Amino acid sequence: MNFFQILSEIEKVDPEVYERLDSRRRVFKHMSGVGQKLAAAALPMFVGSVLNKAYAQTNSGLAVQDVLNFALKLEYLEMYFYQQRTGLQNISVNNMAALATIASDELNHVNFLKTAIGGISGAVVFSDPTVNAYDFSGGKGTGAGPFSDWKSNPATYLALAESLEDTGVRAYKGAAPLTSVMANKTVLTAALNIHSIEARHASHIRAMRRAGASNNTPSQGVPASPYDAKPKSWISGTDNGGAAAMYTAPVYGAGNDTGTATYGASNQTGSAAGVTFVAESNITQGGVALSSTTLPNTANFPASAFSEAFDEGLDVGTVSAIAKTFVVAGNTMFG
Amino acid sequence: MSTNLPLGTPPPVAAIDRPLYTPIKRRSFFMYAGATAGATALVLAGCSKSDETPGLVNVGSGDAGVLNYAYALEQLEAAFYTKLRSGSYYMGLGSTSAEKLILDDLYYHEVIHRDFLNAAIVAAKATPIKSLEVDFSGINFNDRASVLGTAKAFEDLGVAAYNGAGQYITNPGYLFIAGKIVSVEARHAAIIRDLVMENTFVGTDIAGSNSQEISKSPSTVVATANTFLANGSKLDVSGIM
Repeated sequence: MNFFQILSEIEKVDPEVYERLDSRRRVFKHMSGVGQKLAAAALPMFVGSVLNKAYAQTNSGLAVQDVLNFALKLEYLEMYFYQQRTGLQNISVNNMAALATIASDELNHVNFLKTAIGGISGAVVFSDPTVNAYDFSGGKGTGAGPFSDWKSNPATYLALAESLEDTGVRAYKGAAPLTSVMANKTVLTAALNIHSIEARHASHIRAMRRAGASNNTPSQGVPASPYDAKPKSWISGTDNGGAAAMYTAPVYGAGNDTGTATYGASNQTGSAAGVTFVAESNITQGGVALSSTTLPNTANFPASAFSEAFDEGLDVGTVSAIAKTFVVAGNTMFG
Repeated sequence: MSTNLPLGTPPPVAAIDRPLYTPIKRRSFFMYAGATAGATALVLAGCSKSDETPGLVNVGSGDAGVLNYAYALEQLEAAFYTKLRSGSYYMGLGSTSAEKLILDDLYYHEVIHRDFLNAAIVAAKATPIKSLEVDFSGINFNDRASVLGTAKAFEDLGVAAYNGAGQYITNPGYLFIAGKIVSVEARHAAIIRDLVMENTFVGTDIAGSNSQEISKSPSTVVATANTFLANGSKLDVSGIM
């Protein structure tokens, strides 16, 4: 069956697609209640904006083209990040080549998603924001954020890379069970097939970090607890908050279960659908608390193995708040 | 099931059986004519593969079938990472070496996956398939290349399998769990591949030119998986597709 024909059919059931894509109108809707939300919210850097939280609550519907546009935004972010690797100093030949491979993959993902969305009748493809939309120093356009040496210092660059890849991997998992995605087998399978490539990227980035950027045989690097500076290729607990815990903790923390997104054919929300966004340290899966009591053959296994064996998903709102950290002030692509 | 047909008449072949149909040649006909063994052979010529090889393990259908399919693959991986621990390649690794730490974690993770899926199937009020008997006769557990090459094959196969099975899951909670597992399998695959050769964490053998994983249907996956499963433990996934 024609992939784009399938997408066109799905589009027919969501006539409000234009409203959903108008983020400015949505922002004005949620200006009321700002005071309450400011008081209630803890605001570490990555989860900054009240408006992000408001936007996160209004992810009802999430038609397939909305989900694909969100994925496209994340892929653009990664694409432009990897495109700017060329000034890195003291990085091994193999590691530079790996970054080039990843850059090529992200470009391919962008191109695929543009085509896929373009094939949906009436859908508006998210426009190329250009490289100028981003400030990977975390400075919102000043270039002077906490990661200000990201273009030249490979340790900083790889710290960002790990954070971005781990975020993207969580995002795809959060999106797969959405009603509109599960209803479209072609899109679901494509999303899974992009997701696993991103997880491979994440694994390799972590290898490069634990071995050190100048090391030419990253597979031989040895991790070191608490796995923030020298991580395993998989997330262990919360990796002590990640590569730069003060800023990256939200990448490994819990998300937001109170959104209105629906999952599966029964259009259930959150926990009713079995979809909850918990921290990466989670060791309860499908209602089963994992331990040597519930899994008898795991006696003497290290406690960390139970959280490592499963990655976690993340909701659109929380991912948006993290991604927004690297977008220049005033750009509303992530709310 | 048997369909007694006049010799030389091609039986009506269902698409799923088409590759298995072999016309009986004239010479064979004479061998079979009038012989009891031949009569049995004729009967079998019209039958599905499951009938030819009684003892295929049927994973079932629906979401429980997909979970059992995943359970089967995790059994295979868990058995592999367990067995390699008594081979001289693993036992010769330095206690704090990267490779030992990786193979230890993979062992823990796959046993956890296997036992979790068993528990999940029971919790879903379905019946887990039996404990499968593996066939690792083709693997040399004393040789790094053989062990890591097999690990790479299993991990890549697992990723392709989970990605290809997602579309058959109807419960979003199960799809979510499958995503959480395949995410880790892909991380496994990447580092194992890097151990085999640096920078092969992705490659044209597992991803298309669009940089997407090449997912595989359950039937394609078990064609490979069954080569590592003993007779009596080979899988039948016809119910979940």
